Amino acid sequence: MKKIAFSQIDNLLAAIAATQKLYMPVETAGQYNYGEWTPGTKYNPDVLHTVKSAKSVFFPQSEDLIRFQRDGMNLSIDPVAPEDEDFVVFGVHACDVKGFDVLDRVFLHDPVDAYYTSRRKHGTVFSVMCKAPEETCFCGAFGIDSTAPGGDVESWIAGDDLVMRANTEKGEKLLESLGSMLADCDDNAADSAKAENKEVLAKLPLAELNTVGFGKEVDLLTLFNRPEWKELASGCLGCGTCTYVCPTCQCYDVRDYNTGKEIQRFRVWDSCMYSDFTMMAHGTNRPDHTQRFRQRFMHKLKYYPDRYEGVFGCIGCGRCLQKCPISMNIVKVMKKLGGEA
Amino acid sequence: MPINEANQEIKKEWKPKIVAFCCNWCSYAGADLAGSSRLVYPADVKIIRVPCSCRVNPMFILRAFEKGADGVILCGCHPGDCHYSTGNYYTRRRMTLLFSMLDYIGVEKGRTRVEWVSAAEGVKFSTVMNNFVSKIYELGENVKVGDLRCKE
Amino acid sequence: MQRVSAKVLSRVRELMADGTVTKVVGWKKGEFFYDCTPFVFETVESLDELVYDSFCAANLSKYMIKNSVIPEGQTGKVLVLLKPCDTYSFNQLLTEHRIVRENVYILGVGCEGMADIERVKAQGIKGITGASEKDGILTVETVYGNKEVAVKDVLVNKCETCKGKAHVIYDELISENEDEGAAGDRFEGVRALEAMTSEERFAFWKAELSKCIRCNACRNACPACSCRKCVFDNNASGIASKANTDSFEEKMFHIIRAFHVAGRCTDCGECTRVCPQGIPLHLFNRKYIKDINEFYGDYSAGETAGQRGPLINFTKDDVEPQIVSDREGN
Repeated sequence: MKKIAFSQIDNLLAAIAATQKLYMPVETAGQYNYGEWTPGTKYNPDVLHTVKSAKSVFFPQSEDLIRFQRDGMNLSIDPVAPEDEDFVVFGVHACDVKGFDVLDRVFLHDPVDAYYTSRRKHGTVFSVMCKAPEETCFCGAFGIDSTAPGGDVESWIAGDDLVMRANTEKGEKLLESLGSMLADCDDNAADSAKAENKEVLAKLPLAELNTVGFGKEVDLLTLFNRPEWKELASGCLGCGTCTYVCPTCQCYDVRDYNTGKEIQRFRVWDSCMYSDFTMMAHGTNRPDHTQRFRQRFMHKLKYYPDRYEGVFGCIGCGRCLQKCPISMNIVKVMKKLGGEA
Repeated sequence: MPINEANQEIKKEWKPKIVAFCCNWCSYAGADLAGSSRLVYPADVKIIRVPCSCRVNPMFILRAFEKGADGVILCGCHPGDCHYSTGNYYTRRRMTLLFSMLDYIGVEKGRTRVEWVSAAEGVKFSTVMNNFVSKIYELGENVKVGDLRCKE
Repeated sequence: MQRVSAKVLSRVRELMADGTVTKVVGWKKGEFFYDCTPFVFETVESLDELVYDSFCAANLSKYMIKNSVIPEGQTGKVLVLLKPCDTYSFNQLLTEHRIVRENVYILGVGCEGMADIERVKAQGIKGITGASEKDGILTVETVYGNKEVAVKDVLVNKCETCKGKAHVIYDELISENEDEGAAGDRFEGVRALEAMTSEERFAFWKAELSKCIRCNACRNACPACSCRKCVFDNNASGIASKANTDSFEEKMFHIIRAFHVAGRCTDCGECTRVCPQGIPLHLFNRKYIKDINEFYGDYSAGETAGQRGPLINFTKDDVEPQIVSDREGN
């Protein structure tokens, strides 16, 4: 284990940024989102969640794929090469790190997504244990241990120090590159900070939330046909807030933009809450809003676990609890449809 | 999507792109008269004929800027002379609010204009366009409300 | 807790029990004390979960577009709980023939201002486990200890410049503060921007709008945005890009969104309240309202049903668009 005085954290980040690109929670007009480090950027440990999750680093909201140009009878097609520059993502909490795992299962396997894969290969995840979990946190329900945030390097704010440990080769390389900035420390240096975090989590209102009634074992059609979906969806406005702040939502749309000189084909996050989501020639397959609402939660709690060895498609970060305009969210759905009901 | 702002360098021989929406009944005929009277106005002005100035949705103005226009001018019949009686009265209110909003978000004043030009006013058409174009030359290239992808 | 809460809850129950109404559109209790959800109650028993407290900021009038249409084979009216500011939106929707008035029973409820949980949390109150409210003081229990905060210090943005406590439309009223007038100058923010140079304004909007994630929450929550198909959802329109792929798009989206409701916006403040990125969207709408008031005379959308809005109206001597360039300022 290595450590550095927490007061030195901005110097540490500057040292990382000196050798490669660094993404971290950055403030713009009062809100934190993952963005590129620039001189003067300060790390704020009191921010539990960025608005957009850390997935935006590996899977940006929009990215170019191909460009087309026509010159007389000739058509030229230029694929945009995946990014191949090394970078570090700093400040990711346990939930968002697990969110990468959820995306990995989709994008790293056949058919492999070249853009995501390249960013994953070149990115080093530097996680930090969350300092003060909030009432909206329920990562425990999905078996996530917030005190072991994971990633290539994981770290804990313990007293006046930032204690860290490399979990992978990439992580070791990063810590080595920081050299003398870091001091050696005991393997149990973070134990009391971990214990405090656990204690807080146990006291939070959603500590008892569980996934009974969902997952691989339950009958798909029974869950699908539950009459309660209608009332759950009755207040939903059909905006895309929950999907866009979600660390595990992975649906995207592919669109063309005509610049007047060429066509740029890009992909953008899409939301199953929108009426034109998966629109086909015959129309949409979910014409009713209740169906669209159900799709989102069935995907997280049933379709995803069915497809990926029982792993859930939600990681309990609680962003949708904080951001939904009408406060409808996955916890309300799980409580209504799960358990013994 | 990273946009290379360095591409924004103003080229030495910069020529403005100006879109003029002209109503079919008055201003377009005014432009016609300017032409047949051999009056001169800059070739930077591209005219788009619309059935009435009222046809111009605020989105048209923004879309013109998006695709690279440096100035947008809207010409219609004089208030009271609209072929459809009242179309241009609505235009007047809409454009006042839109222009005020563009000013509010920090776009230079003067990139947008409304002028009333009748079918008999070929001279006015040419004067208006000359004035507007010189104003746009003064303001320079529009970098605030254009889609950068169209400028690469 | 609002002063009239207990009365509201028992009156709703009465109206449903005696058959005056068969459905109730209200706020349903949430997981925590601050996250109630708009909900359609269809049985007397379900009303156990109806709440009316200081976190019921959501404007329910838009839900009446759908819920004022009674399905075939059903009878009875639908009750909706409307706060004073919500009634303006309701009136505006009536003006636009989007609500079937005779199917609705409006229970106007008094309001002393709604609290914003984000502002509570911004005061350093985190890890909330419970709360109680007495005389405008919210006592919040958290895993990090108990904290007190005055509701008036954590008001939702729209309540800081409350437009008054009078309901402009209702069938029945439960209110104890009807004669209190408007609070605050709602154009203060607009004026502050107008006083800046155009470069400063540009920088301000660039920073704010760069946060936009195009989730459409502002549009979908807006009671004035009631088009069956939005131009931004129409793939044939050429502007349905779904994301801010370029800094131009966020500007276009927000200018047009606000323009489409100009003259119809009742300044209910839902857009700013729901924005996940905290963009002060009301500053767009209020700019249009302020301009309309200055150029065409004071107008308050939704004050009465059936008004002719300023953008579908004109006078022969309206100001020319040139006024924008001619007026003072940068």
